[in-house]
Amino acid sequence: MSPKQAAKSQKAQFQKTEIRLSGSGGQGLILAGLILAEAAAIYEGKNAVQTQSYGPEARGGASKSEVIISNTEILYPKTTRLDYLLALNQESCDKYAHDLKEDGLLLADSDAVEHVPPIKVISLPLVRTARDKVGRIMTTNIVSLGALVGLSQVISVASLEKAVLSRVPKGTEELNLSALKYGLELAEEGKKYLEE
Amino acid sequence: MTQPLVLNYLRAKKQFPHVWCPGCGHGVVMGSLIRAIDKLALSKDDVVMVSGIGCSSRMTAYVDFNTLHTLHGRPIAYATGLKLARPELPVIVITGDGDATAIGGNHFIHAARRNIDLTIILMNNNIYGMTGGQVSPTTPYGGRGSTAKSGNPEHPFDISQLAIAAGASFVARTTAYHVPAMDRLIQQAFENKGFSLVEIFSQCPTYEGKWNKRGDAATMLKYYKDNAIPVTSKSKYSEEELKDKFLIGILHHTPKAEFTAEYQKIIEKYQIKEQMTQLSQQKGKNEPEASSKESESPVSED
Amino acid sequence: MPEKTVLMQGNEACSEGAIAAGCRFFAGYPITPSTEIAESMSEKLPRVGGKFIQMEDEIASISAIIGASVGGLKSMTATSGPGFSLMQEGIGYACMAEIPIVIANVMRGGPSTGLPTKTAQGDVMQARWGTHGDHFLIVLAPESVKETFYLTIKSFNLSEKYRVPVILLLDEAIGHMREKVVIPDYGDILTEDRLVPIVPPQWYKPYEITTDFVTPMAPFGSGYRYNITGLTHDEMGFPTNKESEIISKMNKLRDKIMRSTTDIVDYESLYTDDANTLVITFGSASRSAKEAVQYLRNHRRKVGFFRPITVWPFPEKQLRQIIKKVDQVYVVEMNQGQLIDEVRKVECYHKKIFGINRYDGEMITPNQIIAKIREAK
Repeated sequence: MSPKQAAKSQKAQFQKTEIRLSGSGGQGLILAGLILAEAAAIYEGKNAVQTQSYGPEARGGASKSEVIISNTEILYPKTTRLDYLLALNQESCDKYAHDLKEDGLLLADSDAVEHVPPIKVISLPLVRTARDKVGRIMTTNIVSLGALVGLSQVISVASLEKAVLSRVPKGTEELNLSALKYGLELAEEGKKYLEE
Repeated sequence: MTQPLVLNYLRAKKQFPHVWCPGCGHGVVMGSLIRAIDKLALSKDDVVMVSGIGCSSRMTAYVDFNTLHTLHGRPIAYATGLKLARPELPVIVITGDGDATAIGGNHFIHAARRNIDLTIILMNNNIYGMTGGQVSPTTPYGGRGSTAKSGNPEHPFDISQLAIAAGASFVARTTAYHVPAMDRLIQQAFENKGFSLVEIFSQCPTYEGKWNKRGDAATMLKYYKDNAIPVTSKSKYSEEELKDKFLIGILHHTPKAEFTAEYQKIIEKYQIKEQMTQLSQQKGKNEPEASSKESESPVSED
Repeated sequence: MPEKTVLMQGNEACSEGAIAAGCRFFAGYPITPSTEIAESMSEKLPRVGGKFIQMEDEIASISAIIGASVGGLKSMTATSGPGFSLMQEGIGYACMAEIPIVIANVMRGGPSTGLPTKTAQGDVMQARWGTHGDHFLIVLAPESVKETFYLTIKSFNLSEKYRVPVILLLDEAIGHMREKVVIPDYGDILTEDRLVPIVPPQWYKPYEITTDFVTPMAPFGSGYRYNITGLTHDEMGFPTNKESEIISKMNKLRDKIMRSTTDIVDYESLYTDDANTLVITFGSASRSAKEAVQYLRNHRRKVGFFRPITVWPFPEKQLRQIIKKVDQVYVVEMNQGQLIDEVRKVECYHKKIFGINRYDGEMITPNQIIAKIREAK
């Protein structure tokens, strides 16, 4: 790589998007991260790196899965300053909100996260939607992904849909597509809320 | 007179003289093993012999088979890999009491548990001979060795009972005195498909005999003769009479599913699944819009 | 199988590469952070008619793969620090008996149980010198998931070609991260198989000193009856105490590797033409180092980059050519300073050589590297 190319790639790196999905262990956030990364890398042709927390903390209250999406090669694979943070519980919000960029967006569950910091926040009833509207609390991760992609536009909905279908257990495709749809609807509400 | 049978199975020239001391029982075991292999008409090209470290394990250098002289304690683990890789080859493990039940104890019990088709010839002389007479896991309580000069404060393993408890499907015991029985038992061990142990009491006059004042090799062999009770006539003796004796013969024979054969079934299961997937994918190509993702295993949430 | 683009973990890429390379035997014992390799091999192997076994410990695992390799199958195991320590005696056996095997060591923090779920590069010297006695082996260290796939294939190829254990040095960061990999059609992958003897069995010398010091290897059960031992042995494979035979065996083990370094050694270098500062690193740390070097280049610092891909044999000659042109050298590694000594051996102490290290279980960051290099004006 010539220095000139390097300069170019350096510039492009500043355009990379860093996302962290956090909540309690068992909320399906690892799978959500995997789906998001796969949507970007396989169906959108971008570069993506997904990492996650292992060990005791992965089972605790602030489990996390991270995705970096970029048009160029991703070198350092961990997030540094987040563009988006999904927080499904208070502990995750408290622990990770300070990792957001100044103009970064916090997407919080409106029931589980009562206290939000004074930053750009959208609170949406993610868990409640999964439980009451989709009918399965297990789909919280897919509802959240729908909301996050709807808000961030970091990848296309079509790519996300393909990735969801390829990764969810057989027989749950319809359920998860409906979860995705509800998530996207929540994003629309959220956008209005942000404009207000 | 025709030449002795064993010569057909020994490596000539450089490998002799062997390392075994005068009066050692291990050569007798080697002869017996060769006769059993000859009787079963196994091809020398097929027979694999794996050994560890110790006096008995030196046998691999002398016999004309595929021979693998491994690390101390590990012959059963090496043999497990070899047998699973090449289930069609008969695999013999040559080992001793220290090699198989001290440093290699874990491999011994786990191979028995798996019931993998290995024939284990374990020469038990109750001592470490190669390193000069230290006590082993089968040295009796109070027995002497260079590391327990005033008597062994520990209690010994009963190797055959250990193998039975761990799940071996064939366990026999004999001694270097009971040669015709040894020939027969080794043959029977080969014939059992599964983990088959032949524990052979084999005298070590150089160390075990000397440390414990057991006399010369002939005296030690006489001890085996006088104290062995065939398991078939066990009922003729009272518990008191059996107290200082030991049982010989087939102590345990309970055939059960053998590991490499069971693994072959797993391969077949997977390959059928694979073929089905390929078929459904081919079908998918003809029908537009059909999913081609079926080959990927589902990922559970978290 | 046609080409496919997939998102996978480094550990999955390792097992995918193993199957592509023709690996047909895996024995292992569960240990974080390498377990995914065993898990995926347990599914992939039976599909291609291969064998998987979960052994009772790591000693048994390395023993079993040596046994399977003697039976003629390309074999591997995967482990991490504590298990790698237990495997050292078996690695020495494979060196001495010249049995091809591949060991993936997914490094975690040490010593002892250390940091099971965190990353480190503290086994780089152990990979080279872990087993006792003089010995020569090959160690490869990938920096990405994609490179893990290709270096796993290369591990098998080198192992088979040189009849030597090859260690694939991954770490938790690469083992667990998911990245995009284009898996080529298996038909397009170059694989190497061990040489088998063509002479009739009565002429076969299993450890013959050949011109390239590599001897064809007959699998057991193929009509070539011979002896394999971990004792120092002669050309026929029988134990020896004769000085001349001992020396020629020891030299064979050295020369088959060290006289083929042009074939074995691989490295990556960037911006070295005009560099006055050189950053040397390997494995996952090189991702951060590369990002730092690119940043510094953009800020008019003449920084070059050098990464051994084969950590052992160390690319001495190649590094010597580059290092002689620079004024200062930084060695970036996620340990307290191990590879830096190898760099010092290449450049005899008169240049400024600094370590940039991190050993708290987290990946070293580009900022940490940039700051350290900027410090020295």
